[in-house]
Amino acid sequence: MATVKGEIVVNTERCKGCELCVPVCKEKTIAMSVVLNSKGYHFATSSNQDCNGCTNCALVCPDGAISVYRVKVN
Amino acid sequence: MKDIRLMKGNEAIAEGAIRAGCDGYFGYPITPQSEVMEYLFANKIKERTGMIVLQAESEIASIHMVYGGAACGKRVMTSSSSPGISLMQEGISFMAGTELPCLLLNVVRGGPGLGTIQPSQSDYFQTVKGGGHGDYKMIVLAPASVQEMYDFAKLGFELAFKHRIQVMVLSDGAIGQMMEKVELDEQVPRWTDAEIKAMSPWATTGKTPDRERNIITSLDLNPVKQEIININLQKKFKHIQETEVRFERIQCDDAEYLFVAYGSSARICQKAVLLGRERGIKVGLLRPITLFPYPSDELAKLAKQVKGMLSVEMSAGQMVEDVRLSVNGAVPVEHYGRLGGIMPAPDEVLNVLEQNFIKEKTYEPHTN
Amino acid sequence: MSHIPTRDEVIEPENLVYSRTCLLTDNALSYCPGCGHGTAHRLIMEVIEEMNLQADTIGVAPVGCSVLAYDFMNIDMQQAAHGRAPAVATGIKRLHPEKFVFTYQGDGDLAAIGTGETIHVCNRGENITVFFVNNGIYGMTGGQMAPTTLPGMKTATSPFGRDVETMGHPLKITELVAQLPGTYFVSRQSVHTPANVRKAKKAIEKAIQYQKLNKGLCFVEIVSNCNSGWKMTPLESNKWMEENMFPYYPLGDIKVPK
Repeated sequence: MATVKGEIVVNTERCKGCELCVPVCKEKTIAMSVVLNSKGYHFATSSNQDCNGCTNCALVCPDGAISVYRVKVN
Repeated sequence: MKDIRLMKGNEAIAEGAIRAGCDGYFGYPITPQSEVMEYLFANKIKERTGMIVLQAESEIASIHMVYGGAACGKRVMTSSSSPGISLMQEGISFMAGTELPCLLLNVVRGGPGLGTIQPSQSDYFQTVKGGGHGDYKMIVLAPASVQEMYDFAKLGFELAFKHRIQVMVLSDGAIGQMMEKVELDEQVPRWTDAEIKAMSPWATTGKTPDRERNIITSLDLNPVKQEIININLQKKFKHIQETEVRFERIQCDDAEYLFVAYGSSARICQKAVLLGRERGIKVGLLRPITLFPYPSDELAKLAKQVKGMLSVEMSAGQMVEDVRLSVNGAVPVEHYGRLGGIMPAPDEVLNVLEQNFIKEKTYEPHTN
Repeated sequence: MSHIPTRDEVIEPENLVYSRTCLLTDNALSYCPGCGHGTAHRLIMEVIEEMNLQADTIGVAPVGCSVLAYDFMNIDMQQAAHGRAPAVATGIKRLHPEKFVFTYQGDGDLAAIGTGETIHVCNRGENITVFFVNNGIYGMTGGQMAPTTLPGMKTATSPFGRDVETMGHPLKITELVAQLPGTYFVSRQSVHTPANVRKAKKAIEKAIQYQKLNKGLCFVEIVSNCNSGWKMTPLESNKWMEENMFPYYPLGDIKVPK
């Protein structure tokens, strides 16, 4: 059965650290960064390899800061 | 053969708008000017020129419908009377801030408050000095006949788009309701979308790939930019003051005394000039046609020639201040006006001129 | 792809499945972290992009937090005086019936000062779309009570909670306009979970498609959070919204075409 591999790319300057994306990720991939962006916000980062590219995080992001990639892997 | 009709002032400006290529009218009923909208509905303008007319839920809604249409670069207008025009002030200020061209008509009635439906000129300050918030001016045209009500539709739209400014036709209940002969001219075609895009590239016509999006807003939270916006507006008003003044001189060349009056008051003063001349009084009349830009230079010139000026207005004295500003103390300027919707009689006005400047003061108010 | 791809291999352009619509400008959104306005903006612009309507759309921004919507929406827009967006949109649509015209308004704009315009644009069945973001508070001016503020809800002008005896009841404007024959499609959505975002987007798509049919006014309310006004974190505010706003403003289609 083909599985999928996902990745997110976060525009770390656009992210305002609202954390809405964190709980919607079923794979618990997203965590907030330790460092701050230029505006002083912690930003979303992917903290594990389990992302399946479901786009949940991108859908709820009020600033449209998340791009999602997905590829089939057999 | 010229198309000549007997029409009410309110109907004449409606016909004038249709023939001036107006695209839309948005308004609300109020005496003494409801005929403007009634005429547009009755004359099937959609079939004639494609123009639309809509009765809104309030004068406030009307003026903002005008804002929406004007920001698309269309020729749009509204009309109302004093209380309604008061409701429109915020909308007018927004159009000043966004430099939107449009045609407005105030058929002034007696105030303040609900006042009366009789004619008055007590909205001069509100119209000329700006009734809304912020530093802004409108071009103000003062018709004194039904013909001018007709003519000022086309002139108004031309000036509005030439300078990207609101043009207010400041009429009154008498001129709006009276019927006179009107000479109608050719139909000016409404602009096509292509013409609008070419003439008004700033208009919101839909962001096509060839340009950035157009935004119509009067908001700029950055005071540095907001000041620049204001400075540019003031430059525009100065240019208009220098180039668009209109007035009529009636028997001024040899005048020793001068009436200054616009609209209905000018008609009354015209008769008073004749009566005065019969009594051997060399009196003339200067009739401002544009109230902004005001004919200050002309008055300053006349101040060197006459011994006194009487500002005749159906109000407690508003334009008189602009007359005084124009002559700057060079000659005494007095005011006479009836209030509450009463129109003065020609001899009444002439008597006041005489008592103010020729005889010693034995003046008692006119009580007919 | 036979082996487990590396991150770089995954984030190749051809693998892109979601990204920010080009119909949002590059300007940083002025909204507070977690505020639903940004999501609502994005969904509307996504639909306009997908329906290829950018050149045919004219939007009207209100006064309120989303007054600067025109800085974020890459379409021709006009900014309306407080409460008057429906009138401005009427002026546009009557003169440009071929354009897609929408207003984007908050609860203060639409249900307080603009109530008259709202009722009449709906009653005229104006062929425009109204997007109404209801967060139960005046955000821009610093968290005052709005017509949709809930009973007992604390705001800058109901510091001890909204007292319906003296401050009236929350106004269900969407149910009100649904009664008017001029409205064709009336729906209430939210944008705080992926599922709700998908539903909201569908409602937006319908509202825009229906506008072409000239069957009347389409009205889409989006119940949203205001974490700064409600003095909560974004996540708390969404939870509070579910527990308090949704019972009073139930989600779902309120009026659908027969």
